[in-house]
Amino acid sequence: MDALILTVWSLVKIVIVLVPLILCVAYLTLAERKVIGSMQVRVGPNRVGFKGLGQPFADVFKLLCKEIIIPTNASRFLFLTAPILSLAPALAAWAVIPFADGWQVADINAGLIYVLAMTSLGVYGVILAGWASNSKYAFLGAMRSAAQIVAYEIAMGFALIGVLMMSGSLNLGDIVRAQSGGFFNWYLFPLFPLAIVYFISGVAETNRAPFDVAEGESEIVAGFHVDYSGFGFALFFLAEYANMIMIAALTAILFLGGWMSPIDGWGDGIHWFLIKTAAMLFVFLWLRATFPRYRYDQIMRLGWKVFIPVTIVWIAVIGFAIYFEVGPWFSTVRSGGL
Amino acid sequence: MTFELFIFYLFAAVMVFAAARVITARNPVHAAMFLVLTFFTCSAIWLLLEAEFLAITLVLVYVGAVMVLFLFVVMMLDVNVEPLREGFVQYLPVGILVGVIMLVEMVFLITQKYFKSAQFPVPERASADALSNTETLGQLLYSEYLFQFEIAAIILLVAIVAAIALTMRRRPNTKYQSPSRQVEVRKQDRLRVVQMPAEKRSS
Repeated sequence: MDALILTVWSLVKIVIVLVPLILCVAYLTLAERKVIGSMQVRVGPNRVGFKGLGQPFADVFKLLCKEIIIPTNASRFLFLTAPILSLAPALAAWAVIPFADGWQVADINAGLIYVLAMTSLGVYGVILAGWASNSKYAFLGAMRSAAQIVAYEIAMGFALIGVLMMSGSLNLGDIVRAQSGGFFNWYLFPLFPLAIVYFISGVAETNRAPFDVAEGESEIVAGFHVDYSGFGFALFFLAEYANMIMIAALTAILFLGGWMSPIDGWGDGIHWFLIKTAAMLFVFLWLRATFPRYRYDQIMRLGWKVFIPVTIVWIAVIGFAIYFEVGPWFSTVRSGGL
Repeated sequence: MTFELFIFYLFAAVMVFAAARVITARNPVHAAMFLVLTFFTCSAIWLLLEAEFLAITLVLVYVGAVMVLFLFVVMMLDVNVEPLREGFVQYLPVGILVGVIMLVEMVFLITQKYFKSAQFPVPERASADALSNTETLGQLLYSEYLFQFEIAAIILLVAIVAAIALTMRRRPNTKYQSPSRQVEVRKQDRLRVVQMPAEKRSS
């Protein structure tokens, strides 16, 4: 009986997290088009519903009603499972995200590496989609994406090691609690280079502009999902945007104090977490409207020759600072946080 | 049968099936994907043992990085399996011999008096309030097993150096960019503004 209640309660929590998430994804697509539109002095979508607010639903219904085409000589089973393999880890990673104190689906000790493991699984969807569609363009996109994700995952992991050293915990809730007491205690400041590396690697991991060589519509049409239509394409889209929100939320949790208010005593709560996540999402859109796409060798150079050395040096710096108890941020780390 | 045991047998069955498919699948990409499935179910079984750090690291390292590179290579090489299968009968005796030796070794270990399961009592479950899995592992690695840990690290370092030394060739004719020189370029190095008087249209 207890097990049954636990299962039902977990399912309810999953629904409470996923339904708003999918709505956020829908409206993020609209926000993206509106934001980029106004940055390029256009209006953006404004026809469906009040000021274009119905646009995401129109898009979804259109995609749902389209025919699913399977290319000849495609590996049928893998072709159909690839979008699912891409979406499932993107949603599973949300299980450990703390929205406010204690508000998370699963409060597990190894939350940080769980998130890292889940985000690293998303690449399978991309690789298999590229291989299974039996198309050169799709295959090229998949190869580019695989190399890129493996390169940036290392920098991302190293950036997270800095957070780990400061907080002494892999539990995401504890990491946020260690940053309490106003914006001065956020890890953004002592870990500034790592925060920058983490966010840029996150952009690269989600295959977003300016790192979107996996799609690269000017060279390889649409990359790995060139042969997908209808719902398969919608699932890839959903996964990409869910991953974007995920990276934004993680940046907010790891470096910007999660649900903690910027000034001590203003009252902590989920609204701070949402504001910070939305701000990071805006940066994603801003990057896309601002920068031209990187060339492939430039991406590889940035990942291997710039980010990884920067993170290694900064990890050593943090190590020394913690050992010698350098103020104002590192003096309390050894004695177990604030 | 408790629920936990049921879960264990479920994952174990999936794992054995996937491991068998790794060597029987005709398509190398399918075989690699079955290996991914094997790792994943293995990690689920480790989670049942409450080794959450190891389980998630298995997914992170093997599934998230090693197998991606593996798939990368398998897809790029476009391995044709048919010629590989022709030698099956020829190599079968050697394969059976190796298999039998391994089986004998395993049976010897399990039935030997010092390795019987009675010699290894089931460890008691640590309470949930005790140190987390990661901390326990870290404390053991960096205190009791420090020497072994360092040796493993050095072996890995040697492997990295060896891999680079084996694959790196200096090709003198390759053209490559030097980003630092690109950044240092000033306008006067590259651009020449030519002043010339306006000319009348000829026709």
